[in-house]
Amino acid sequence: MRKCALSKLPDVFEKIASEMTLFLPVDREDGRAEYQQWVPGKALSDALTTVKSPKDLFFPQTEDLMRFKVEGKKIAIDDIREDVEPFAVFGVRACDVRSLDILDRVFLTEPRDSYYAEKREKGVVVSLSCEKPAETCFCTAFGIDPLTSAGDVAVWKTETALFFKANTEKGGAFLKIIEELTEDTAGEEVEAVKAKTEKILQKLPLRDVPVNAFGGGKTQALFDRPEWDTLSESCLGCGTCTFVCPTCQCYDIKDFSAGNAVIRYRCWDSCMYSEFTKMAHGNNRVTQKERFRQRFMHKLVYFPENHDGLFSCVGCGRCLRSCPVSMNIVKVMRKIGGKHNA
Amino acid sequence: MQKMTREALLEKARELLSSGKVSAVLGWKKGEFDYDVTPAVFDSVDALEDFVWGDFCGANLSKYLIKETKKHRVLVFLKPCDTYSMNQLLTEHRFEREQVHAVGVPCDGMADINLLRRKAGEGIVSVDSIGEEIKVETLYSDEPVIIDRREVLLERCVNCKSKKHAAFDELLSDAGEDSSSDRFQDVEKLESMTPDERFEFWQNELSRCIRCNACRDVCPACTCETCVFNNPSSGAENKAPVNSFEEQMFHIIRAFHVAGRCTDCGECARVCPEHIPLHLINRKIIKDMNAFYGVFQAGAEVGAKSPLLDYTVSDIEPGAVFDGRDHDA
Ligand code: SF4
Ligand code: SF4
Ligand code: SF4
Ligand code: SF4
Repeated sequence: MRKCALSKLPDVFEKIASEMTLFLPVDREDGRAEYQQWVPGKALSDALTTVKSPKDLFFPQTEDLMRFKVEGKKIAIDDIREDVEPFAVFGVRACDVRSLDILDRVFLTEPRDSYYAEKREKGVVVSLSCEKPAETCFCTAFGIDPLTSAGDVAVWKTETALFFKANTEKGGAFLKIIEELTEDTAGEEVEAVKAKTEKILQKLPLRDVPVNAFGGGKTQALFDRPEWDTLSESCLGCGTCTFVCPTCQCYDIKDFSAGNAVIRYRCWDSCMYSEFTKMAHGNNRVTQKERFRQRFMHKLVYFPENHDGLFSCVGCGRCLRSCPVSMNIVKVMRKIGGKHNA
Repeated sequence: MQKMTREALLEKARELLSSGKVSAVLGWKKGEFDYDVTPAVFDSVDALEDFVWGDFCGANLSKYLIKETKKHRVLVFLKPCDTYSMNQLLTEHRFEREQVHAVGVPCDGMADINLLRRKAGEGIVSVDSIGEEIKVETLYSDEPVIIDRREVLLERCVNCKSKKHAAFDELLSDAGEDSSSDRFQDVEKLESMTPDERFEFWQNELSRCIRCNACRDVCPACTCETCVFNNPSSGAENKAPVNSFEEQMFHIIRAFHVAGRCTDCGECARVCPEHIPLHLINRKIIKDMNAFYGVFQAGAEVGAKSPLLDYTVSDIEPGAVFDGRDHDA
């Protein structure tokens, strides 16, 4: 493990930024935080969650894929993807780190998504262990440890120091960059911070959401539950929950016509939208209840069924904070699966 | 704290449900915490167990009337500002008035959870309102944090336009008064900027927009069955910000589409996850309309014609340039 004084953080950032683009959560005037590119003077936010997750850096909300150009009777197809320079994302919380594992399952299995893959290859994920979980956090329910983050490099913060541990080869190379600013340590202080936060984890009001009531193989049992009617009745179908969610991965592919050329791009889509996956025959899900149910069944039943039991909610709490009508996955889980985990 | 009690609302709800005068009650439902209240339909007296009334009942229930009156005769609880939305929806023939029993609830201003978080800190596990104080317990303070309620009110409540219900079948209290707040102050600040400053202000605000559509979907004036932005055949369908220009277009088009119909209910700004002050766009249009055509409040009366839909010979020339400053001076 490596260590450096907290006061050296700006130097650490400067050093990293001299080698690669650096992104980190930065406080905004409205009291929330968002991922921004680091430039001198920008400080790491203490906020637990950003409004949007770091998913954006690997799977941007809109992304150009290719261009078709008509030349006489021929159509030229150009790959117009933007070059990806090596980059680091600093300060990723454990829930968001897990969300990348979930996205990997979707984008990196055959047929591999080369746009996503390139960003995953070139991006170093530097996690940051949580000190002050919020009441909306329930990552532990999904077996995520917010005190020992995964990612290429794990970072812990105490009141005076930062501790770094490489988890992967890429992470090792990253620590080389800041080697001169850090020193070797056994890292005893880390255990003390962890113990303090561990106590809070025991008190989190959502720590025991009933995950065991969900999972692969539960489609028949849960699909027609009458509770979906009342749960979905207030949903506006706005899609905010899907856009702030670090694991929502649906996108649409669209063409933008620019005279004699067409630019094909993709943009995030939402299962909450009435025109989602609309086909020639119409729409798969015609009521908001069906669309609402899809979002939660996908996260809690279909995804684990197809991916070795892995749930595709990471308990980050973003949808709890952003839904305009305060409807969310915790309310769904507790209504259908009972108040506590059995 | 709201002076009107939950019990008073409940009594009304029970009475109308049991007598069969209505088959559903539109109200607010308890969440996992004290602040995450959800609009809900209660179709039996037993279901009312989860009914809440308090400082976090900001959600305007009027828009749900479109959906629910198709299935039920509905008792709806409306705060003064919500009644303007109901009237506007009636003006636009969105539902049958006979299907609604509107109960006017007095309102002492609603709290903004985002402001409360900024004051009390993260980890809010309980919120209790007593008089003008809000007592907050968090995971990180041994003692409850006491917050002055007036400091955490929603923007639209700070700038409340009226405590008087514009429509109701019955009122739970005496009729309220018009408020004297100056809701155009922030618009004036924008007007006093140079065009470049103003452009920069909006660029900065709107660049955060994630096109989640929460502002549109919560808006009681946005009731098109299929919005152009969702309609693949409209030519304007767009799910995501392709570039900032399109982003601004979404907001400008929406603002113009609700112009003259926006009651300034403030729901758009309340729900925006990116905290974009959307109300300022609508309020600027309201302010200009007031200056051009005389004061008009959408939803004050059912059937009233918005000046934008009502030509009179004394209307100013549409081409007149007006920027709030006196050019002759
Ligand atoms: S659950 Fe909430 S955020 Fe998601 S679509 Fe429905 S209203 Fe919007
Ligand atoms: S569903 Fe909600 S809590 Fe779960 S990962 Fe998505 S935003 Fe986070
Ligand atoms: S609610 Fe906010 S972020 Fe969402 S579309 Fe409207 S302005 Fe954009
Ligand atoms: S535009 Fe905003 S303020 Fe106006 S009616 Fe719609 S939600 Fe309310």
